[in-house]
Amino acid sequence: MFDYTYLPSPNLLPSLVEMMLKIIFICTMNMAVFAPVLGWVERKQSALMQDRIGANRAEIFGFTVFGLLHVATDALKLLFKEDFIPRGADRPLHYLAPFIAVVPALVAFAVIPFGGKYMLWGHEANLVIADLNVGMLYIFAVASLSTYGAVIGGWASNNSWSLLGGLRVGAQMLSYEVAMGLTLVGVFMVYGSLQLTTIGMAQENFFHWGIFLQPLGFILFITCALAENKRTPFDIPEAESELIAGYFTEYSGLKFAMFWMSEFLEMVTISAVLVALFFGGWQIPFISHQGLIDAMGHLFGPNFGAIVAMLIHVVVFWVKVISWIVILMLIRWSLPRFRFDQVMRLGWKIVLPLALANIVVTGFILLAVR
Amino acid sequence: MQLLIFYGFGFLALFAAISMIMSRQPVTSALLMILNMFCLAGLYAQLGAHLLAALQIMVYAGAIMVLVLFVIMFLNLREKAGIVSKHGVMTQAVGIAAFGFLITALVSKLDMGKLPAAKAPGADFGSVAAIGRALFTDYLLPFEITSVLLLAAIVGAVVLAKRKV
Repeated sequence: MFDYTYLPSPNLLPSLVEMMLKIIFICTMNMAVFAPVLGWVERKQSALMQDRIGANRAEIFGFTVFGLLHVATDALKLLFKEDFIPRGADRPLHYLAPFIAVVPALVAFAVIPFGGKYMLWGHEANLVIADLNVGMLYIFAVASLSTYGAVIGGWASNNSWSLLGGLRVGAQMLSYEVAMGLTLVGVFMVYGSLQLTTIGMAQENFFHWGIFLQPLGFILFITCALAENKRTPFDIPEAESELIAGYFTEYSGLKFAMFWMSEFLEMVTISAVLVALFFGGWQIPFISHQGLIDAMGHLFGPNFGAIVAMLIHVVVFWVKVISWIVILMLIRWSLPRFRFDQVMRLGWKIVLPLALANIVVTGFILLAVR
Repeated sequence: MQLLIFYGFGFLALFAAISMIMSRQPVTSALLMILNMFCLAGLYAQLGAHLLAALQIMVYAGAIMVLVLFVIMFLNLREKAGIVSKHGVMTQAVGIAAFGFLITALVSKLDMGKLPAAKAPGADFGSVAAIGRALFTDYLLPFEITSVLLLAAIVGAVVLAKRKV
C-alpha cells in the first residue's frame, strides 16, 4: 500500500545487508573517526598556524604518535568529569539539549551518496543510505532541527550568558536557513533534481561540476553553511570574549563533549554536501563512472572489478570531504569574529538578495540554453 | 510494521498535543508542539508524501517554532510569569460543551460506509516534480493568491517595523 521508493529492491536479504553495512560504515566514519580526530586536527592545525608545537605530551611507553593520543586522554577526561547542573536549571531540558544537538548532525548524512551504483553478483548496490526524492530538502529539514539543541541548552541553563547565546543561535540560524535554501535553488535548477544521487551522476563530466555551473551559489552556500555551523567568523553565539562560552557555558563532561561533537559532525556534513553538490561527489575528473567500472571489470572480472571501482570512488569521495574539512578549519584561524549586527546585515542584506539574483540569472541562462 | 509506526507516531502526536496544552511552562509547550509537528511529518512520510514531510519539518518544526521559541526566550517567560490565567467554572463548562459539540458533529458526519476505497498512489506520488507540476497547473490560482497574501504580510511587517525607527 505504501510506496517506500527508497527501499532498494524486492530482494530483501541483500538489500538489508547492504543497508546495515552502509549505516555502520557512515556511523563509524562519523562517530569513531571524524568526531574525535577532528579535535586533534584542530589543535595541531592551530599550533602549526600560530608557530607552536601543539598537543604532543600524551604518551604510551614513550610513543606520542604526533599527539594523537590526546584524543584518548581527552575522551577519558571528559568521561570522568563531574556532570554539573546549575541550580535553578530546567533539569530535563538541560539533559535533552546535547542529544537534540547531536542526533540531527548524525542523521543528516543519510541522503549524501558516498559512491555510485554498482552491480555486485546481480544485486545493485547504491552507496547512499536513503536515496530520497526530496534529497537536499531532507538535509535542510534536519539542519533546521539542529538549532534546538543550542537554543534549549541556552534556555535550560538558567544563566544569562547562556540565554543570550541561545537567543543569538536562534536569530542567526533563522536568518541563514532562509538564505541557505535559496542559494541552492540555482543548483537544483541546473541539475533538474533535488536528489543527491542524480546530481552526483550529472557531474560525471568534469566541466559540469557545480563549482563551474554555480560559482556564485557556491560562495553564498559556503557562507551560509559556516554561519549555520556557528564557527568563526560566525561564532557569536559562543563568543568567549562576550558570553563566556554562550549556550554551553553551563555544560561539563560528556554533555559538553556532545555539543563539541555535534559541531564537528556538522562540519563533516557540510563538507560532504559541498562535495556532493559542487565538487562532483564520488566522481573522478575525466573518468566516467561506468568507464572506471568497466576498466576495473577488465582487470579483476565483473564483480571484483565493481568492488575495486566502488572502493576507489569511496576513497575519492572521502579525500574530497577531508580536504574540505581542512579548508573549513583553516578559516577559523584566519578570520576574526563578526559583530552580531554585521552577521545579521550580511545574511539579510547581502546573501539573501544575491541568492535571489542568482536564481533569476540562472533561470534566464537556462531558458536561453534550452 | 507500518501499522506499528503509524500508531507510534499517532499516539505520540496526540500525547504531545495534549501535554502541550496542559503544560504550564511556555518553553515546554513550544517543544511539545515541535514534537507534535515532527510526528505529523512522520505520518506524511509514511503516506509517501516525502516532500510534504520535509517541508513540514523545515517550515513548521524548523523555522516557525524557532521564532516562537525565540520570542518566548526573548521575553524570558518562565512559569512565574503567570500567563496561565485561572478559568472560572463557566469558562470550563462552555469549553467542554463546545468540545463535545465538535466531536458529535465530526462523528455524525463520519460514515464509514461512504468512504471511498483506498487507492494505491502512482509511482511519482509525493515527489517534488509531481507536486510542483500540480502547483503550477491545477492549483495555480490558489498558489498565486497565497503568494500575494504573503507579500502583503511582508510589506505590512516592514511598515510596522519602520514606524518605530
